[in-house]
Amino acid sequence: MSRYRLRGCAAIVGAADTRVGVVPEFTSAQLQTQAARLAMADAGIGKEQIDGLITCNASVERGPLKTFHAEMVAELLGIAPRFCLTGAVGGALPVLMIEHAAAAIAAGLCHTVLLISADNLLSGAKRRVPMPEPWDDPQFEEPYGPTTPAMYALIARAHMDAYGTTSEQFAAVAVACRKHAAMTPGAHKRTPITIADVLNSRMIADPLHLLDCSLVSDGGAAIVITSAERARDFSKTPVYFLGAGEAHPYLSLLHAQSLTVSGAVESGRQAYAAAGVRAQDIDVAFVYDAFTPMAIIYLEDLGFCPKGEGGRFVQGGNIELGGALPINTHGGLLSYCHAGLANSIFHITEAVRQLRGECGARQVAGARLAIIHGQGGRASTHGTAILGTQETL
Amino acid sequence: MDKPGKLIPVPTAETAEFWAGCRQGELRLQLCAACNKYQFPPQSFCRHCSSAELSWVAASGQGRVLSCTVVHWSPNPAYAAEVPYSLALIELDEGPRMLTNIVGVPPSEVRTGMQVAVVFEQCSPEITLPKFKPR
Repeated sequence: MSRYRLRGCAAIVGAADTRVGVVPEFTSAQLQTQAARLAMADAGIGKEQIDGLITCNASVERGPLKTFHAEMVAELLGIAPRFCLTGAVGGALPVLMIEHAAAAIAAGLCHTVLLISADNLLSGAKRRVPMPEPWDDPQFEEPYGPTTPAMYALIARAHMDAYGTTSEQFAAVAVACRKHAAMTPGAHKRTPITIADVLNSRMIADPLHLLDCSLVSDGGAAIVITSAERARDFSKTPVYFLGAGEAHPYLSLLHAQSLTVSGAVESGRQAYAAAGVRAQDIDVAFVYDAFTPMAIIYLEDLGFCPKGEGGRFVQGGNIELGGALPINTHGGLLSYCHAGLANSIFHITEAVRQLRGECGARQVAGARLAIIHGQGGRASTHGTAILGTQETL
Repeated sequence: MDKPGKLIPVPTAETAEFWAGCRQGELRLQLCAACNKYQFPPQSFCRHCSSAELSWVAASGQGRVLSCTVVHWSPNPAYAAEVPYSLALIELDEGPRMLTNIVGVPPSEVRTGMQVAVVFEQCSPEITLPKFKPR
Protein backbone atom coordinates (compact mmCIF):
# COMPACT_ATOMS: atom_id res chain seq x y z
CA MET A 1 0.00 0.00 0.00
CA SER A 2 1.22 3.47 -0.78
CA ARG A 3 2.13 5.83 2.04
CA TYR A 4 -0.90 6.91 4.09
CA ARG A 5 -1.20 10.66 4.15
CA LEU A 6 -4.43 11.29 6.07
CA ARG A 7 -3.33 10.74 9.68
CA GLY A 8 -4.44 13.76 11.70
CA CYS A 9 -5.37 15.81 8.63
CA ALA A 10 -8.99 16.26 9.68
CA ALA A 11 -11.06 16.43 12.84
CA ILE A 12 -14.67 15.98 13.87
CA VAL A 13 -15.88 19.29 15.29
CA GLY A 14 -19.61 18.65 15.48
CA ALA A 15 -21.66 15.55 16.30
CA ALA A 16 -25.30 15.01 17.17
CA ASP A 17 -28.05 12.40 17.16
CA THR A 18 -31.73 13.04 16.51
CA ARG A 19 -34.27 11.57 18.86
CA VAL A 20 -34.00 7.82 18.28
CA GLY A 21 -36.22 4.81 18.82
CA VAL A 22 -39.85 5.29 17.84
CA VAL A 23 -40.05 8.50 15.78
CA PRO A 24 -43.04 7.98 13.48
CA GLU A 25 -43.69 11.65 12.74
CA PHE A 26 -40.67 12.16 10.49
CA THR A 27 -39.60 10.78 7.13
CA SER A 28 -36.02 9.57 6.75
CA ALA A 29 -35.24 12.78 4.84
CA GLN A 30 -36.55 14.89 7.71
CA LEU A 31 -34.42 12.89 10.13
CA GLN A 32 -31.40 13.53 7.88
CA THR A 33 -31.92 17.29 7.92
CA GLN A 34 -32.65 17.35 11.65
CA ALA A 35 -29.42 15.48 12.30
CA ALA A 36 -27.59 17.98 10.08
CA ARG A 37 -28.97 21.02 11.89
CA LEU A 38 -28.14 19.52 15.29
CA ALA A 39 -24.58 18.68 14.23
CA MET A 40 -24.02 22.16 12.78
CA ALA A 41 -25.36 23.69 16.00
CA ASP A 42 -23.03 21.45 18.00
CA ALA A 43 -20.14 22.69 15.84
CA GLY A 44 -21.33 26.26 16.24
CA ILE A 45 -21.44 26.94 12.51
CA GLY A 46 -24.03 27.90 9.94
CA LYS A 47 -24.79 26.06 6.74
CA GLU A 48 -22.80 28.60 4.69
CA GLN A 49 -19.63 27.04 6.08
CA ILE A 50 -20.47 23.60 4.69
CA ASP A 51 -18.94 22.93 1.25
CA GLY A 52 -18.97 19.15 1.35
CA LEU A 53 -21.91 16.80 1.90
CA ILE A 54 -21.91 13.04 2.23
CA THR A 55 -25.16 11.24 2.93
CA CYS A 56 -25.86 7.60 3.54
CA ASN A 57 -28.89 6.40 1.64
CA ALA A 58 -31.85 5.11 3.60
CA SER A 59 -33.31 1.62 3.30
CA VAL A 60 -36.81 3.02 2.98
CA GLU A 61 -36.06 5.35 0.06
CA ARG A 62 -36.93 4.37 -3.49
CA GLY A 63 -36.23 5.67 -6.98
CA PRO A 64 -34.68 9.15 -7.35
CA LEU A 65 -34.55 9.66 -3.59
CA LYS A 66 -32.16 6.73 -3.41
CA THR A 67 -30.06 7.69 -6.43
CA PHE A 68 -29.90 11.44 -5.81
CA HIS A 69 -30.00 11.15 -2.05
CA ALA A 70 -27.29 13.70 -1.21
CA GLU A 71 -28.72 16.18 -3.69
CA MET A 72 -32.14 15.80 -2.09
CA VAL A 73 -30.71 16.46 1.36
CA ALA A 74 -28.65 19.43 0.09
CA GLU A 75 -31.80 20.91 -1.38
CA LEU A 76 -33.71 20.48 1.88
CA LEU A 77 -30.83 22.08 3.80
CA GLY A 78 -30.62 24.93 1.29
CA ILE A 79 -27.00 24.36 0.39
CA ALA A 80 -25.16 23.76 -2.90
CA PRO A 81 -22.01 21.88 -1.88
CA ARG A 82 -18.88 21.70 -4.07
CA PHE A 83 -18.46 18.04 -2.99
CA CYS A 84 -21.70 16.05 -2.85
CA LEU A 85 -21.75 12.27 -2.51
CA THR A 86 -24.36 9.61 -1.77
CA GLY A 87 -22.86 6.47 -0.33
CA ALA A 88 -24.35 3.00 -0.28
CA VAL A 89 -22.55 0.13 1.40
CA GLY A 90 -25.00 -0.41 4.22
CA GLY A 91 -23.80 -0.31 7.79
CA ALA A 92 -20.12 0.15 6.99
CA LEU A 93 -20.80 3.41 5.22
CA PRO A 94 -20.46 6.15 7.86
CA VAL A 95 -17.17 4.67 9.06
CA LEU A 96 -15.81 4.48 5.50
CA MET A 97 -17.03 7.97 4.77
CA ILE A 98 -15.03 9.62 7.57
CA GLU A 99 -11.95 8.69 5.58
CA HIS A 100 -13.48 9.82 2.29
CA ALA A 101 -14.32 13.17 3.91
CA ALA A 102 -10.77 13.46 5.26
CA ALA A 103 -9.38 12.62 1.81
CA ALA A 104 -11.59 15.21 0.11
CA ILE A 105 -10.47 17.82 2.62
CA ALA A 106 -6.80 16.88 2.29
CA ALA A 107 -7.07 16.98 -1.50
CA GLY A 108 -8.56 20.46 -1.42
CA LEU A 109 -11.95 19.47 -2.83
CA CYS A 110 -13.68 21.11 0.13
CA HIS A 111 -12.82 22.26 3.65
CA THR A 112 -15.79 21.27 5.81
CA VAL A 113 -17.91 18.17 5.28
CA LEU A 114 -21.28 17.35 6.74
CA LEU A 115 -21.69 13.56 6.99
CA ILE A 116 -25.26 12.47 7.67
CA SER A 117 -27.02 9.18 8.12
CA ALA A 118 -30.63 8.62 9.08
CA ASP A 119 -33.20 5.96 8.37
CA ASN A 120 -36.50 4.79 9.76
CA LEU A 121 -36.80 1.08 9.30
CA LEU A 122 -39.45 1.02 12.03
CA SER A 123 -41.89 3.71 10.88
CA GLY A 124 -40.76 4.47 7.34
CA ALA A 125 -41.05 0.92 6.17
CA LYS A 126 -44.67 0.84 7.31
CA ARG A 127 -45.35 4.12 5.54
CA ARG A 128 -43.53 3.61 2.27
CA VAL A 129 -43.22 -0.08 1.51
CA PRO A 130 -44.77 -3.23 2.92
CA MET A 131 -41.42 -4.83 3.72
CA PRO A 132 -37.74 -4.27 3.06
CA GLU A 133 -36.57 -5.04 -0.47
CA PRO A 134 -35.07 -8.51 -0.84
CA TRP A 135 -31.31 -8.31 -0.25
CA ASP A 136 -30.03 -11.60 -1.46
CA ASP A 137 -29.50 -13.08 -4.92
CA PRO A 138 -32.93 -13.26 -6.62
CA GLN A 139 -32.20 -16.55 -8.39
CA PHE A 140 -29.86 -18.44 -6.10
CA GLU A 141 -30.59 -17.22 -2.58
CA GLU A 142 -34.00 -15.55 -2.22
CA PRO A 143 -36.08 -18.59 -3.33
CA TYR A 144 -34.90 -20.48 -0.22
CA GLY A 145 -36.33 -17.92 2.21
CA PRO A 146 -33.17 -16.36 3.67
CA THR A 147 -33.92 -13.68 6.25
CA THR A 148 -31.29 -11.26 7.47
CA PRO A 149 -31.12 -12.97 10.89
CA ALA A 150 -30.90 -16.38 9.16
CA MET A 151 -27.90 -15.34 7.10
CA TYR A 152 -26.12 -14.17 10.25
CA ALA A 153 -27.25 -17.34 12.01
CA LEU A 154 -25.15 -19.27 9.46
CA ILE A 155 -22.13 -17.23 10.60
CA ALA A 156 -23.05 -17.69 14.27
CA ARG A 157 -23.43 -21.47 13.90
CA ALA A 158 -20.10 -21.71 12.08
CA HIS A 159 -18.39 -19.87 14.95
CA MET A 160 -20.00 -22.20 17.49
CA ASP A 161 -18.93 -25.26 15.49
CA ALA A 162 -15.37 -24.02 15.00
CA TYR A 163 -14.63 -22.62 18.46
CA GLY A 164 -17.24 -23.93 20.86
CA THR A 165 -18.76 -20.48 21.32
CA THR A 166 -22.02 -20.68 23.30
CA SER A 167 -25.41 -19.00 23.32
CA GLU A 168 -24.59 -17.69 26.81
CA GLN A 169 -21.54 -15.94 25.36
CA PHE A 170 -23.62 -14.39 22.56
CA ALA A 171 -26.08 -13.23 25.22
CA ALA A 172 -23.32 -11.49 27.19
CA VAL A 173 -23.00 -8.99 24.33
CA ALA A 174 -26.73 -8.17 24.47
CA VAL A 175 -26.59 -7.79 28.24
CA ALA A 176 -23.60 -5.41 28.03
CA CYS A 177 -25.22 -3.26 25.36
CA ARG A 178 -28.48 -3.05 27.32
CA LYS A 179 -26.60 -2.11 30.48
CA HIS A 180 -24.97 0.75 28.57
CA ALA A 181 -28.24 1.84 26.95
CA ALA A 182 -29.80 2.03 30.41
CA MET A 183 -27.21 4.74 31.13
CA THR A 184 -27.88 6.57 27.85
CA PRO A 185 -30.74 9.08 27.85
CA GLY A 186 -33.02 8.55 24.86
CA ALA A 187 -31.81 5.05 23.95
CA HIS A 188 -34.52 2.93 22.29
CA LYS A 189 -34.43 0.07 24.84
CA ARG A 190 -33.25 0.82 28.38
CA THR A 191 -34.76 -1.90 30.59
CA PRO A 192 -31.89 -4.08 31.87
CA ILE A 193 -31.83 -7.71 30.70
CA THR A 194 -30.10 -10.85 31.91
CA ILE A 195 -28.43 -13.76 30.12
CA ALA A 196 -31.55 -15.81 30.91
CA ASP A 197 -33.78 -13.15 29.33
CA VAL A 198 -31.80 -13.46 26.08
CA LEU A 199 -31.85 -17.26 26.12
CA ASN A 200 -35.57 -17.30 26.90
CA SER A 201 -36.52 -14.82 24.17
CA ARG A 202 -38.11 -16.44 21.16
CA MET A 203 -35.93 -18.08 18.54
CA ILE A 204 -35.67 -16.03 15.32
CA ALA A 205 -33.12 -18.09 13.39
CA ASP A 206 -31.33 -20.76 15.39
CA PRO A 207 -29.04 -20.01 17.28
CA LEU A 208 -30.15 -16.35 17.28
CA HIS A 209 -32.85 -15.40 19.77
CA LEU A 210 -34.85 -12.19 19.51
CA LEU A 211 -32.54 -10.42 21.97
CA ASP A 212 -29.47 -11.49 19.95
CA CYS A 213 -30.83 -9.36 17.09
CA SER A 214 -30.52 -5.60 16.67
CA LEU A 215 -33.55 -3.41 17.18
CA VAL A 216 -35.80 -2.00 14.48
CA SER A 217 -35.82 1.75 15.11
CA ASP A 218 -36.00 5.23 13.66
CA GLY A 219 -33.26 7.83 13.98
CA GLY A 220 -30.32 9.63 12.54
CA ALA A 221 -27.09 11.37 13.36
CA ALA A 222 -24.55 13.62 11.69
CA ILE A 223 -21.00 14.82 12.14
CA VAL A 224 -19.08 17.86 10.89
CA ILE A 225 -15.54 17.16 9.70
CA THR A 226 -13.05 19.90 8.88
CA SER A 227 -9.33 20.29 8.36
CA ALA A 228 -7.14 19.93 11.45
CA GLU A 229 -6.03 23.51 10.85
CA ARG A 230 -9.57 24.91 10.90
CA ALA A 231 -10.58 22.62 13.76
CA ARG A 232 -8.66 24.75 16.24
CA ASP A 233 -11.13 27.61 15.68
CA PHE A 234 -14.21 25.60 16.69
CA SER A 235 -15.76 25.77 20.13
CA LYS A 236 -15.88 22.01 20.77
CA THR A 237 -12.75 19.98 21.49
CA PRO A 238 -11.71 18.49 18.14
CA VAL A 239 -11.66 14.71 17.78
CA TYR A 240 -8.97 13.80 15.28
CA PHE A 241 -9.13 11.32 12.43
CA LEU A 242 -6.06 9.13 12.81
CA GLY A 243 -6.61 6.47 10.18
CA ALA A 244 -8.98 3.99 8.61
CA GLY A 245 -9.14 0.86 6.55
CA GLU A 246 -11.68 -0.90 4.40
CA ALA A 247 -12.27 -4.36 3.00
CA HIS A 248 -14.78 -5.66 0.50
CA PRO A 249 -14.04 -9.38 0.23
CA TYR A 250 -17.45 -10.52 -1.06
CA LEU A 251 -21.12 -9.61 -1.21
CA SER A 252 -22.90 -12.98 -1.02
CA LEU A 253 -22.04 -15.62 1.58
CA LEU A 254 -21.62 -17.99 -1.41
CA HIS A 255 -18.31 -16.24 -2.04
CA ALA A 256 -17.10 -15.83 1.54
CA GLN A 257 -13.65 -17.37 1.98
CA SER A 258 -14.54 -17.95 5.62
CA LEU A 259 -17.69 -17.65 7.69
CA THR A 260 -15.79 -17.02 10.90
CA VAL A 261 -12.90 -14.76 9.86
CA SER A 262 -14.21 -11.46 8.52
CA GLY A 263 -12.93 -8.58 6.43
CA ALA A 264 -12.36 -6.78 9.74
CA VAL A 265 -8.95 -8.47 9.86
CA GLU A 266 -7.90 -6.55 6.76
CA SER A 267 -9.72 -3.26 7.47
CA GLY A 268 -8.40 -3.33 11.03
CA ARG A 269 -4.84 -4.03 9.89
CA GLN A 270 -5.00 -1.03 7.56
CA ALA A 271 -6.51 1.22 10.23
CA TYR A 272 -3.94 0.33 12.89
CA ALA A 273 -1.08 0.87 10.39
CA ALA A 274 -2.54 4.20 9.26
CA ALA A 275 -3.06 5.45 12.81
CA GLY A 276 0.21 4.02 14.11
CA VAL A 277 -1.45 2.35 17.08
CA ARG A 278 -2.13 -1.21 18.23
CA ALA A 279 -5.21 -2.93 19.62
CA GLN A 280 -3.82 -2.75 23.17
CA ASP A 281 -3.67 1.07 22.88
CA ILE A 282 -7.45 1.39 22.31
CA ASP A 283 -9.50 2.75 25.23
CA VAL A 284 -13.03 2.18 23.91
CA ALA A 285 -14.30 0.10 20.98
CA PHE A 286 -17.40 0.43 18.83
CA VAL A 287 -18.20 -2.71 16.90
CA TYR A 288 -21.13 -3.34 14.59
CA ASP A 289 -23.46 -5.38 16.79
CA ALA A 290 -26.23 -6.13 14.29
CA PHE A 291 -26.30 -9.59 15.87
CA THR A 292 -24.50 -10.57 19.08
CA PRO A 293 -22.05 -13.06 17.46
CA MET A 294 -20.79 -10.33 15.14
CA ALA A 295 -19.48 -8.24 18.03
CA ILE A 296 -17.54 -11.31 19.16
CA ILE A 297 -16.12 -11.92 15.69
CA TYR A 298 -15.09 -8.28 15.25
CA LEU A 299 -13.40 -8.13 18.64
CA GLU A 300 -11.36 -11.16 17.57
CA ASP A 301 -10.64 -9.87 14.09
CA LEU A 302 -9.61 -6.42 15.35
CA GLY A 303 -7.03 -8.10 17.56
CA PHE A 304 -8.53 -7.67 21.02
CA CYS A 305 -8.30 -11.40 21.67
CA PRO A 306 -7.03 -14.46 19.76
CA LYS A 307 -9.30 -15.96 17.08
CA GLY A 308 -11.89 -18.21 18.64
CA GLU A 309 -11.61 -16.73 22.14
CA GLY A 310 -14.12 -13.93 21.59
CA GLY A 311 -16.83 -15.84 23.41
CA ARG A 312 -14.77 -15.99 26.58
CA PHE A 313 -13.56 -12.38 26.04
CA VAL A 314 -17.08 -10.91 26.24
CA GLN A 315 -17.98 -12.72 29.48
CA GLY A 316 -17.67 -11.49 33.05
CA GLY A 317 -18.23 -7.82 32.32
CA ASN A 318 -15.01 -7.51 30.28
CA ILE A 319 -16.75 -5.47 27.56
CA GLU A 320 -18.92 -3.47 29.96
CA LEU A 321 -18.12 -0.06 31.41
CA GLY A 322 -15.51 -0.69 34.07
CA GLY A 323 -14.25 -3.78 32.20
CA ALA A 324 -10.99 -4.17 30.27
CA LEU A 325 -12.46 -2.98 26.96
CA PRO A 326 -15.83 -1.21 27.12
CA ILE A 327 -17.70 -1.53 23.83
CA ASN A 328 -20.70 0.33 22.40
CA THR A 329 -21.13 2.56 25.44
CA HIS A 330 -24.37 4.04 24.06
CA GLY A 331 -25.96 0.59 23.74
CA GLY A 332 -25.19 -0.12 20.10
CA LEU A 333 -27.57 -1.48 17.50
CA LEU A 334 -28.81 -3.99 20.04
CA SER A 335 -30.22 -1.39 22.45
CA TYR A 336 -29.56 2.23 21.39
CA CYS A 337 -30.84 2.39 17.79
CA HIS A 338 -30.91 0.32 14.61
CA ALA A 339 -32.64 2.46 12.04
CA GLY A 340 -31.97 0.45 8.87
CA LEU A 341 -28.86 1.25 6.88
CA ALA A 342 -25.74 3.07 7.97
CA ASN A 343 -26.14 2.60 11.71
CA SER A 344 -22.45 2.99 12.44
CA ILE A 345 -23.09 6.75 12.52
CA PHE A 346 -24.33 6.27 16.10
CA HIS A 347 -21.11 4.45 16.98
CA ILE A 348 -19.21 7.47 15.61
CA THR A 349 -21.15 10.14 17.49
CA GLU A 350 -20.78 8.18 20.74
CA ALA A 351 -17.03 7.79 20.08
CA VAL A 352 -16.85 11.58 19.67
CA ARG A 353 -18.70 12.10 22.95
CA GLN A 354 -16.36 9.67 24.71
CA LEU A 355 -13.23 11.37 23.36
CA ARG A 356 -14.60 14.77 24.34
CA GLY A 357 -15.31 13.45 27.83
CA GLU A 358 -19.03 14.26 27.59
CA CYS A 359 -20.50 10.90 28.61
CA GLY A 360 -21.13 11.50 32.31
CA ALA A 361 -21.89 8.29 34.19
CA ARG A 362 -20.91 6.15 31.19
CA GLN A 363 -17.67 8.02 30.49
CA VAL A 364 -14.63 5.79 29.94
CA ALA A 365 -12.10 7.52 32.19
CA GLY A 366 -9.27 9.09 30.25
CA ALA A 367 -10.47 7.84 26.85
CA ARG A 368 -7.92 8.96 24.23
CA LEU A 369 -8.25 6.43 21.42
CA ALA A 370 -11.44 4.93 19.99
CA ILE A 371 -11.85 2.33 17.26
CA ILE A 372 -15.05 2.03 15.26
CA HIS A 373 -15.90 -0.94 13.06
CA GLY A 374 -18.85 -0.84 10.67
CA GLN A 375 -20.02 -3.54 8.32
CA GLY A 376 -22.62 -3.94 5.63
CA GLY A 377 -24.40 -6.67 3.68
CA ARG A 378 -23.92 -10.19 5.02
CA ALA A 379 -20.79 -9.26 7.00
CA SER A 380 -19.54 -8.49 3.50
CA THR A 381 -18.15 -4.98 3.46
CA HIS A 382 -16.04 -3.49 6.23
CA GLY A 383 -14.80 -0.13 7.45
CA THR A 384 -12.62 0.51 10.48
CA ALA A 385 -11.69 3.98 11.70
CA ILE A 386 -9.53 5.16 14.58
CA LEU A 387 -10.21 8.51 16.25
CA GLY A 388 -8.15 10.19 18.92
CA THR A 389 -7.81 13.21 21.16
CA GLN A 390 -5.27 15.96 20.43
CA GLU A 391 -2.65 14.22 22.58
CA THR A 392 -2.71 11.19 20.26
CA LEU A 393 -1.68 13.23 17.21
CA MET B 1 -45.85 -6.16 -4.32
CA ASP B 2 -48.29 -5.69 -1.46
CA LYS B 3 -48.54 -9.41 -0.68
CA PRO B 4 -45.24 -10.93 -1.71
CA GLY B 5 -45.31 -14.63 -2.39
CA LYS B 6 -42.33 -16.94 -2.61
CA LEU B 7 -39.58 -15.65 -4.84
CA ILE B 8 -39.44 -17.60 -8.08
CA PRO B 9 -36.19 -17.27 -10.06
CA VAL B 10 -36.35 -15.52 -13.43
CA PRO B 11 -33.61 -17.04 -15.64
CA THR B 12 -31.26 -14.76 -17.56
CA ALA B 13 -29.06 -15.51 -20.59
CA GLU B 14 -26.24 -16.45 -18.20
CA THR B 15 -28.35 -18.76 -16.04
CA ALA B 16 -30.84 -20.33 -18.47
CA GLU B 17 -28.73 -23.46 -18.92
CA PHE B 18 -28.61 -24.01 -15.16
CA TRP B 19 -32.40 -23.83 -14.88
CA ALA B 20 -32.85 -26.01 -17.98
CA GLY B 21 -30.72 -28.63 -16.23
CA CYS B 22 -32.82 -28.45 -13.08
CA ARG B 23 -35.99 -29.03 -15.12
CA GLN B 24 -34.36 -32.20 -16.42
CA GLY B 25 -33.23 -33.34 -12.98
CA GLU B 26 -29.58 -32.46 -13.50
CA LEU B 27 -27.47 -30.02 -11.45
CA ARG B 28 -25.24 -28.21 -13.95
CA LEU B 29 -22.15 -26.15 -13.20
CA GLN B 30 -19.82 -24.17 -15.41
CA LEU B 31 -16.30 -25.56 -15.82
CA CYS B 32 -13.47 -23.28 -16.93
CA ALA B 33 -11.18 -24.80 -19.57
CA ALA B 34 -8.40 -22.34 -18.70
CA CYS B 35 -8.10 -22.91 -14.94
CA ASN B 36 -10.16 -26.10 -14.54
CA LYS B 37 -12.31 -24.63 -11.75
CA TYR B 38 -16.04 -25.10 -11.39
CA GLN B 39 -18.21 -22.00 -11.14
CA PHE B 40 -21.54 -21.20 -9.49
CA PRO B 41 -23.55 -19.02 -9.73
CA PRO B 42 -23.14 -18.93 -13.50
CA GLN B 43 -21.79 -15.90 -15.33
CA SER B 44 -20.31 -15.16 -18.74
CA PHE B 45 -16.65 -15.46 -17.72
CA CYS B 46 -14.64 -17.23 -15.04
CA ARG B 47 -14.37 -15.20 -11.84
CA HIS B 48 -11.21 -17.08 -10.89
CA CYS B 49 -9.12 -16.39 -14.00
CA SER B 50 -11.32 -14.15 -16.21
CA SER B 51 -11.33 -16.66 -19.09
CA ALA B 52 -14.49 -16.93 -21.15
CA GLU B 53 -13.78 -20.60 -22.03
CA LEU B 54 -16.61 -22.01 -19.97
CA SER B 55 -18.57 -25.16 -20.62
CA TRP B 56 -21.57 -26.67 -18.84
CA VAL B 57 -21.11 -29.98 -17.09
CA ALA B 58 -23.33 -32.18 -14.97
CA ALA B 59 -22.27 -31.99 -11.33
CA SER B 60 -22.30 -34.93 -8.92
CA GLY B 61 -25.16 -33.30 -7.03
CA GLN B 62 -23.38 -34.16 -3.80
CA GLY B 63 -21.91 -31.96 -1.13
CA ARG B 64 -21.70 -31.25 2.58
CA VAL B 65 -23.28 -28.73 4.93
CA LEU B 66 -20.92 -25.86 5.81
CA SER B 67 -23.39 -24.20 8.17
CA CYS B 68 -27.08 -24.35 8.88
CA THR B 69 -29.90 -22.62 10.68
CA VAL B 70 -33.54 -23.23 11.44
CA VAL B 71 -35.61 -20.23 10.37
CA HIS B 72 -38.38 -19.45 12.87
CA TRP B 73 -39.40 -16.01 11.55
CA SER B 74 -39.72 -14.35 8.16
CA PRO B 75 -41.10 -10.94 7.19
CA ASN B 76 -42.48 -12.57 4.04
CA PRO B 77 -45.84 -14.26 4.78
CA ALA B 78 -45.23 -16.95 2.15
CA TYR B 79 -42.12 -18.13 3.99
CA ALA B 80 -43.49 -17.37 7.46
CA ALA B 81 -46.24 -19.91 6.71
CA GLU B 82 -43.59 -22.64 6.46
CA VAL B 83 -41.50 -22.00 9.60
CA PRO B 84 -39.60 -23.71 11.04
CA TYR B 85 -37.58 -24.55 7.94
CA SER B 86 -33.94 -25.36 7.31
CA LEU B 87 -31.62 -22.93 5.55
CA ALA B 88 -28.10 -24.14 4.86
CA LEU B 89 -24.93 -23.15 3.11
CA ILE B 90 -23.47 -26.19 1.40
CA GLU B 91 -20.24 -26.90 -0.47
CA LEU B 92 -20.61 -29.09 -3.52
CA ASP B 93 -18.01 -31.81 -4.04
CA GLU B 94 -16.87 -29.78 -7.07
CA GLY B 95 -16.11 -26.75 -4.87
CA PRO B 96 -18.80 -24.11 -5.45
CA ARG B 97 -21.20 -23.26 -2.65
CA MET B 98 -24.98 -23.05 -2.71
CA LEU B 99 -27.56 -21.66 -0.35
CA THR B 100 -30.39 -24.15 -0.05
CA ASN B 101 -33.03 -25.79 2.10
CA ILE B 102 -32.24 -29.20 3.56
CA VAL B 103 -35.35 -31.37 3.17
CA GLY B 104 -36.34 -34.91 4.06
CA VAL B 105 -35.22 -34.52 7.67
CA PRO B 106 -36.55 -32.40 10.56
CA PRO B 107 -34.80 -28.99 10.35
CA SER B 108 -33.48 -29.33 13.90
CA GLU B 109 -31.58 -32.48 12.87
CA VAL B 110 -29.49 -30.80 10.18
CA ARG B 111 -25.84 -30.54 11.23
CA THR B 112 -22.65 -28.96 9.96
CA GLY B 113 -20.66 -31.55 8.02
CA MET B 114 -23.77 -33.54 7.04
CA GLN B 115 -23.35 -35.21 3.61
CA VAL B 116 -26.17 -34.18 1.28
CA ALA B 117 -27.43 -34.92 -2.22
CA VAL B 118 -29.55 -32.83 -4.57
CA VAL B 119 -33.30 -33.30 -4.96
CA PHE B 120 -35.45 -31.28 -7.30
CA GLU B 121 -38.66 -29.52 -6.34
CA GLN B 122 -40.87 -28.00 -9.01
CA CYS B 123 -42.11 -24.57 -7.96
CA SER B 124 -43.59 -23.29 -11.25
CA PRO B 125 -44.06 -24.68 -14.77
CA GLU B 126 -40.70 -23.15 -15.77
CA ILE B 127 -38.69 -23.42 -12.55
CA THR B 128 -37.53 -26.44 -10.64
CA LEU B 129 -35.50 -25.60 -7.52
CA PRO B 130 -32.54 -27.70 -6.42
CA LYS B 131 -32.73 -28.56 -2.73
CA PHE B 132 -30.71 -31.07 -0.74
CA LYS B 133 -31.40 -34.05 1.52
CA PRO B 134 -29.10 -36.14 3.72
CA ARG B 135 -27.41 -39.02 1.89
